Amino acid sequence: MSEPNLLGGLIGGALISVAASILMLLNGRIAGVSGILGGVFWAISGVERFWRVAFVIGLVGGAAIYSFAAGGLKIELAASNLILLMAGFLVGMGTRLGSGCTSGHGVCGLARRSPRSLAATATFMLFGALTVFVMRHVSF
Amino acid sequence: MLCVTALMAGVLFGFGLSISEMINPARVIGFLDVAGRWDPTLAFVMGGALAITGPAFALILRRPRPWLADKFILPTRRDIDRPLILGAALFGIGWGLGGFCPGPALAALASGSPAVFLFVLAMVGGQWLAGRFTP
Repeated sequence: MSEPNLLGGLIGGALISVAASILMLLNGRIAGVSGILGGVFWAISGVERFWRVAFVIGLVGGAAIYSFAAGGLKIELAASNLILLMAGFLVGMGTRLGSGCTSGHGVCGLARRSPRSLAATATFMLFGALTVFVMRHVSF
Repeated sequence: MLCVTALMAGVLFGFGLSISEMINPARVIGFLDVAGRWDPTLAFVMGGALAITGPAFALILRRPRPWLADKFILPTRRDIDRPLILGAALFGIGWGLGGFCPGPALAALASGSPAVFLFVLAMVGGQWLAGRFTP
């Protein structure tokens, strides 16, 4: 377990807000990753699909650029492949049903003071913490 | 042009998720683990992002329209309904299990890890299934 990365956190948070502001000011869109990813597959038209594909390519590209500059990405997996499969499935279902994730509700929605986003963010934070508590501190 | 700006936004977003280590599930789980050695990094990422995005959106949304499009496309609903809460709860459980939410999971594909690829594949599958039940 490494020390908290508070400076990296603040810099990262600032970059995320610049990204969200660019997408809003120029394209008039919310930077919600789950919705953008959904639109890559289920967009109603080509135009709607293209910018979302570009955003997702950028997302992977931005991490690749960082990886190149920093000499790799540190990814410590928290679970087995089977658990990750279940987790991914729940994240996909939940974000589509709940119309958003950490970026759409947690950053953009809260920034717009949306009551739906506040309710969603409080709910996924609570259930995330409960899940980790059960996984880490409850012995079966 | 919309694609170029979306690409730029994506790059900044992915770089931000990487420098803040949000693409590392151990960091995210450390934040969610309030009963263990709590790691506040994620709070700094979200807090930092909100502190800037809040005022920035307020300024931007005062404009009649965005620079490159006809209008701002924003969610208009304000009611809190069951799918919202149920969805957020399911998402939270998956988030706690894997330590990945959609943005970091996609960005982490850059690592080439097969486990991340598996997670993303399952995530798209979950979105597909939920789409079958919701209009």
